[in-house]
Parts: sequence; C-alpha cells; structure tokens
Amino acid sequence: MGVEQKLGNMGVVTVKLEELVNWSRTNAMWPMLFGLACCAIEMMATQASNYDLSRFGMELMRASPRQSDLMIVAGRVTRKMAPVLRRLYDQMPDPKWVISMGDCASCGGVFNNYAIVQGVDEVVPVDVYVAGCPPRPEALIHGIVTLYEKVKGERIKDWA
Amino acid sequence: MTTETEITLTPVSLDEIKHLISERAIQGETVLLNMGPQHPSTHGVLRLLLELDGEEVVNCIPDVGFLHTGIEKNMEAKTYEKAAVMTDRLDYLNNLGNNLAYCMAIEKLADLDVPPRAQAIRVILTELQRISSHLVWLGTHALDMAAMSVFLYCFREREIILDIFEMCSGQRMMTTFFRPGGLWRDVPADFEAAVRKFIKLFPERVNEYERLLTKNPLFLRRTKGIGVLKPETALQYGVTGPMLRASGIAHDLRKAQPYSGYDQYDFDIPTFTDGDTYARYLVRVEEMRQSLRIVEQALNKLPLGPVRSNNRKYVPPPRSEIGVSMEALIHHFKLWTEGFTPPKGSVYVGVESPRGELGVYLESDGGPKPYRVHWRTPSFTNMQILPIIAKGHLVADLVVLIGTVDIVLGDVDR
Repeated sequence: MGVEQKLGNMGVVTVKLEELVNWSRTNAMWPMLFGLACCAIEMMATQASNYDLSRFGMELMRASPRQSDLMIVAGRVTRKMAPVLRRLYDQMPDPKWVISMGDCASCGGVFNNYAIVQGVDEVVPVDVYVAGCPPRPEALIHGIVTLYEKVKGERIKDWA
Repeated sequence: MTTETEITLTPVSLDEIKHLISERAIQGETVLLNMGPQHPSTHGVLRLLLELDGEEVVNCIPDVGFLHTGIEKNMEAKTYEKAAVMTDRLDYLNNLGNNLAYCMAIEKLADLDVPPRAQAIRVILTELQRISSHLVWLGTHALDMAAMSVFLYCFREREIILDIFEMCSGQRMMTTFFRPGGLWRDVPADFEAAVRKFIKLFPERVNEYERLLTKNPLFLRRTKGIGVLKPETALQYGVTGPMLRASGIAHDLRKAQPYSGYDQYDFDIPTFTDGDTYARYLVRVEEMRQSLRIVEQALNKLPLGPVRSNNRKYVPPPRSEIGVSMEALIHHFKLWTEGFTPPKGSVYVGVESPRGELGVYLESDGGPKPYRVHWRTPSFTNMQILPIIAKGHLVADLVVLIGTVDIVLGDVDR
C-alpha cells in the first residue's frame, strides 16, 4: 500500500488534478472549534481518547474561522446567536463546508419555540445533517465520512 | 412557527454601555475588547466585554443569552411527564441531576412515594453524573492551561460512566431516566458489575490526574492566589457548590437538607479556606472521591423491590397488567392521552448539582400541564462572581477563571 505502488519506473504519478485536490482536502480538514450546546460535549468526546477524530485528519481544531474550512454547528442555534454564526461563516475562507450536528441544529429538535432557529439551514448552507439528540460520536464520524464522500465528488468547475 | 431570522449584527455605541465601563475607557485610556461568543475558552457561547489596561482586566462585563432556549416556557406547553425531557437539556453535564430535581418537585407537589430501590439507584446515577461532570470540568480546565493529556485521560474515564448510563437508558447523555414516582425501568442485570468495575478502577485514575496537576509548578503558578473569593462575598452573591466550599463554607444540600436518602450514606464535604482557583480544583477532585464513596455504599445497600410507585394516578401500570385489568388499561390511556393532574399549589425543591444548588420552582393550577416552571440554576448565580474575581488579573488568568467558575451555558441561559 502507499504511493510507491503507484510510482512507475520514472518515479512519476499521473492523477487527475480534481482527484488530487479533493483527496488532499479530505485528509486535512480543519474544523472550527465552535460548540454551542450539548452536542459540543459529544463533539469533544469525539476528539478525545475513545473515538479519536485525528484518525480522519481532523485533530487540529482551529479557534479562528480564518483558518478553518469546516464548521460543525454543534447544538441549538438561538436567534441571538444566528447573526454571530453567519458572521463566522462569512469569515471562513473558501472552500468551506457545514455539518449540522444534532436535531436542534438540523430542524429545531424538541424546541419549537420563540428562541430557537428552526434549523441552521435558515442561516447558512448545510452539507451534511447528523441526526440524534445528541448524536453519538460514531454518528458524527459517519457524518464527517459522508462529507468526505461529497467532497471527493466535487468538480473543478464547481470550485469557487 | 417560522419567522424571518434577522441575520444582521447591530453595532453598539459607546453611549449604550457607558454605565458599565469606567471613565477611563470613555477617555480612551483603556481598551475595550470583545471576548466571545465564539472563543475556545469561554466554555460555550459566553460573551465578555473586557476593559483592559494593558493586559490587566479593569472591568469584565458578561453578556449572556446566546443560548437562551426558552426551556421554562416550553415546559408550560407540555404535560408533566413530557416536560421531563426538557430538563435534560438545561445543564447538559448534569442531566440526571436536573431530572431528579424536577421529579422531586412533582413528587412533593403530588405527595407521591418513591420506592427505596428507585431512591438508591437515583443516588448512584446522580453521583456518577457528578463525577462525569467534574471530569469534563477538569479536562477542559486543564486544557485551558494547555495540559492536553489531562483532557484525554478525563474523557477516557467519562466514557465508562456514559456506558453505564447507556446500559440503563439507551442514551449516553439525555437519558430522562428518572420519572415522577421512580425510574423509567429497573437497571439491567449487569449494572452492578459495571459500576463495581468502575469503583475499582477510578481511585487510581484520580490519583493519576493529581500526579499530573496537584504539584505541577506550572499549574500551581496559574492557579494559586488567582481569583480569590472571600466567603462573605460568596454569600452575598448567592454562590453555591464547590465555589462556596473552596471559600471555607461547608454548605452542601446533600447534608444540609438530605433528599433521596442521602442521610443514610457516610461522606465528607471537602472544604478549603483559600478561596482561590487552586482550592476550587482541590475541592472538586476530592468531591469525585467522595461521590465514589457514596456510590459504593449505595450499591452495597441496594434494596430489592419495585422501582416505581404504585400510585396509578401518576405512574403508568406495568405492561403485564394492561392485558388483564380493565382499570390498568384506563389508567394507562388516561396517563398517556391527558397526563396526570397534581393538586393546585407551588413547590420549591433544591438539589446539589455539581455546580451548586439547582432548584426548581413548580406552580400547578390543577391541570395536566405545569402553570409555571422556574429553574434556579447554579451556573447563572455563580457567574455573577466572575467580574469580581477577575478584576485586576491578566487576560490569561481570565481564561482560567472562566474555567474555575465551571459554568455551563445551557444552565446559565436556559
């Protein structure tokens, strides 16, 4: 396994640029260190010992939106928080993706009331929804792997 | 309910915050700095407006409400049984403790009995919850001081506790395992073995954390003498929990007004007199050991018997009865369509959460839904102390101070 199998006698690998870029993006995705509520605790558990998110090239959570390319909206988004969330999304450089973690972020969850935005997709475009209240770490990892599949399918002409 | 979400941030003028900051800030001698709501060390979505003189904090003004969920209002729209689901999501590190406070309030209101087995299991699970909450606190507190490995160790042990919760209820965090009049169901057969395994393993693990931190010179310099809270100030501001006990006042609701059979167990209340961040660390670490003592005693004495009250007006009958008893069927139908109706009145019940006194005030108008539910949350009260203990410290210490208050924003904003 590995790159040496692909190397010919000349030490050259031919690959589609599209595939190469997408491959590198999926293996070094930097999520933003951004937790809102209960789901953030499960997100922390996902990074910690038992689930170890760094297996997916993600151990580097960036506290600054300028350095991150994945936003995991972990928790309920309130009407007070929604503008801040949008500001953070706008500050992230392209290409960027959003995972909506948990029921509250995806659709309002159990809170259908005045305070909670009924789904973060009212504020930012969402790529992957992860269900659960809160989702298990395995569910979040599944969501991340699903996002990787999506990123691998992106075409050059779609790149911003 | 869908309304257009406003996604614009409105700028605040200096005039609007004039009463919060000092004269020097208006003249431009000090700097105003915004910290949060997205900041790695605010432990959630807390926003702090800082007035800085160089690196020294002159003023620190918390802005809460970024996680205001309307839980209290939402509970009014649900029947008592369904509203229990909301309580888990208040303080999301102390889910079972919230369940306990809410269920105890209903039990007090309706004069509902709880079988001794259910009470003992409640104690075991809430004490395990206290340990897991302190583990998250310890991990993140150490992480704020750049001790990454403590975080990894703490979460390793926390997973064992979550596995026990999952074994009982099927959920890791939002269990809603306690119901008015008892538990959702009895614990599984391998529960006792799992808890015993944890009791055997955990003391050595606490020693491991202490080996990493307690005498670590870097940790000592970051915590000793930082954020000293005097006992009289703590009392004035209604601070409870480990914060109060680190200031030398041995107040713990488990001893002061024992509930759920806490008076049967032998445990100490760790108290220190320094009132600084280091003392608060020592209190919480010692509390984990004491909680484990309670768990062990409760498990040794765990009585057999039912885990739900026999009062059919409040607690649904077991499945086996429904097939043979017409009355049981009617009770079941009434409970799940209409819900139970406790008598008119209002109650207040306080329990000791990992953060302090967690109280629920419940007002009933005799109907199937609560007329008003108010939560007295420890994080909200304790956070008032942050501007006082932060004054005069460096910005880097403020990060430690937010950690030491141990706020959970779900608990602050509800």
